[in-house]
Amino acid sequence: MAKLTLIRGGRVIDPSQNLDEMVDLWLEGNRVLGTEPIPGAVPDRTIDATGLIVCPGLIDVHVHLREPGNEEDETIATGADAALAGGWTTIVSMPNTRPPIDTPAAVEFVILQAKRAGKAIVLPSACVSKNRAGEELAELGKLYEAGAVAFTDDGAPISHAGLMRRALEYSRMFDVPIFQHCQVNELTAGAVMNEGDVSLRLGLIGMPPVAEEIMVARDIMLAELTGGHVHIQHLSTARSVELVREGKARGVRVSAEACPHHISLTDENLAKFDSNFKMNPPLRTARDVEAVIQGIVDGTIDLIATDHAPHSPEKKNRELDQAPFGILGLETMLPIVRQTLIEPALMTWPEVIAKLTIEPAKLIRVEQYKGHLKPGAEASVTLIDPDRAWTIDVADFRSKSINTPYQGWSVQGRAVATIVCGEVRYLLDPHRETMMA
Amino acid sequence: MTATTSFNHRHLLALEQLTRDEIHYILDQADIYAAHANAGRLKHSVLNGTLVAQLFFENSTRTRSSFGLAARRLGADTLDFSPSSSSISKGESFIDTAQNLVAMGAKVLVVRHSVPGTPQLLTQYTDASVVNAGDGAHEHPTQALLDLMTIRQRKGRIEGLTVALVGDILHSRVARSNIWALRKLGARVILCGPPTLVSDRWTTLGCEVRHHLDAILPEVDVVNVLRIQFERQRSALFPSVAEYFELYGMTQRRIEMGRDDLLLLAPGPINRGVELTPEVADGPNSAILDQVTNGLAVRMAVLGLVQGHAAAPLEF
Repeated sequence: MAKLTLIRGGRVIDPSQNLDEMVDLWLEGNRVLGTEPIPGAVPDRTIDATGLIVCPGLIDVHVHLREPGNEEDETIATGADAALAGGWTTIVSMPNTRPPIDTPAAVEFVILQAKRAGKAIVLPSACVSKNRAGEELAELGKLYEAGAVAFTDDGAPISHAGLMRRALEYSRMFDVPIFQHCQVNELTAGAVMNEGDVSLRLGLIGMPPVAEEIMVARDIMLAELTGGHVHIQHLSTARSVELVREGKARGVRVSAEACPHHISLTDENLAKFDSNFKMNPPLRTARDVEAVIQGIVDGTIDLIATDHAPHSPEKKNRELDQAPFGILGLETMLPIVRQTLIEPALMTWPEVIAKLTIEPAKLIRVEQYKGHLKPGAEASVTLIDPDRAWTIDVADFRSKSINTPYQGWSVQGRAVATIVCGEVRYLLDPHRETMMA
Repeated sequence: MTATTSFNHRHLLALEQLTRDEIHYILDQADIYAAHANAGRLKHSVLNGTLVAQLFFENSTRTRSSFGLAARRLGADTLDFSPSSSSISKGESFIDTAQNLVAMGAKVLVVRHSVPGTPQLLTQYTDASVVNAGDGAHEHPTQALLDLMTIRQRKGRIEGLTVALVGDILHSRVARSNIWALRKLGARVILCGPPTLVSDRWTTLGCEVRHHLDAILPEVDVVNVLRIQFERQRSALFPSVAEYFELYGMTQRRIEMGRDDLLLLAPGPINRGVELTPEVADGPNSAILDQVTNGLAVRMAVLGLVQGHAAAPLEF
């Protein structure tokens, strides 16, 4: 008989069913039983969730795990472990590895490595184009059969409008979204940050916001033309938010994600030339930050994803031009989102949790069994101490890399237990767990 | 101009970070060294026994020799590091290189690099004083200081003057350092070049942006002719050198359009026939060689000050 787990005394939040109550949650094996009392039942394990939020396991649809090819930066095991510490139970890996994930064998490799690691669940995305070269469609049907939940050439945009059109058309038959990194390369040559007053002052080459916005506009139009689903990754500018808002109003199948760094930092942070503030899309202006936050609040932006992008110190701690783009995100999302959205009372915990659970689940079409706590759902659950004060310190990171802009920040809010398919795979407070003899 | 504030920084990274009084103080110090030199006192002892290492990750002739000579005039030992003869070609990082030089005893690192912010980055990795000798398109503090010293010498003041910076503003660290210093010291600054090299955004730094050189010449006291940075041009930002010269080249005709006492500066190395004609470069309005002379005094002042030493006072 499958083991019974009781998560007792927490505030259970499941936005998919508008649930926000102080109730007990029962898990049986790898499935959710529900929140109804079970007369006479004796749990094999009890987790004391007093003072904690109990919510569906968080889902991050934008994670770079660097394996295969750059295991010095991260591996599937270390990345999936970092995910657990951040409260994520499922992460979607990006295919810009070496070699890129553009064959069924490569998709299966990622899934297998994640299973071996036994940390967070990894659902791979696969390339739109063969070898991520942006020229010919990869075998999307075979990739889908192998387990890919999204198609993307992330790290690079699909520049060729004709290829993007075909990808949006062809992927319709599998009902799989195309994740797009929106960037017109001709406008960003040599750039390391946002183009604006700050780049001018620092003498650094900038990417104008329109380099993102032109492609957001184009791809919304192509989605409209084809009926395909385009998902705008790491949306970062005010005008991009407007474009998505307009597209949705017209009924276009467009969705969008925003990253914690794009709502908590601005290009002014580059003034010290620290490469831990260098990512792509770059940190924008305060006005953009405000607009992206507004987009999250009003639902234009469907969900929050991290774009976790590990780089080893020897690569990242360099001259700003030569350091690669990207920062860590998995282990710092919760406190940053708390500080940016919840502390100023722009959103409630249930509203934020929707963007970390049911919304990403819908995006990758797994909402039948993930992203909620309805009876029968996958027993993946995150316990959050919403007010836990802590200091972000790379020495405690489970990621293999340390490239965070948040080092030393005093923050509040932290995952204290992460349960994946009924197994407690991360537990910050061991005293909360009681096993029956 | 009689500022007495001292200079309490261990590094000289950017003029953006300095106050008006600190800039005047450095210029006053440079004036003292220049006066010593005029009186035949070339050698000083303020850096006796101190090792000054020069790390030039980008080509330079005059800045490098000027810093080297300035260090030796102050009594320092110098160590010259150039990438062509170094481990950089073997893949050593610039941080490792700098740390090695500090391990040999360098107390001051004079750094030139093609990437903005690199000198500032180095301050996190060593205890040595770092002097920025030009970082990409960011800043070139000693160049701007020597420009200001030259202007002050010739005009007696900075405040209230109108100074035009002409040419490749976008890629120019000299322009950025000049803008900060000139604005702090109360000059009016006009930036002049094609819109691809001087966008309206530059007005955020307190400058005026103009695109027609002929139109501004009658109103300026000083023209600083910036070099076209062919090495930093990413894509064609103007159609041809010939067209550039036609629009922005400093010719005798243009000198005559300006005031009689128009002061002409150029940071060098100059591209004769691109930014200015030989007759203008060598003519009476030009202070190009004074700039080089003053550069030595400015660098002596800076190297002394980052180590906490002021110039010996003049004896009368």
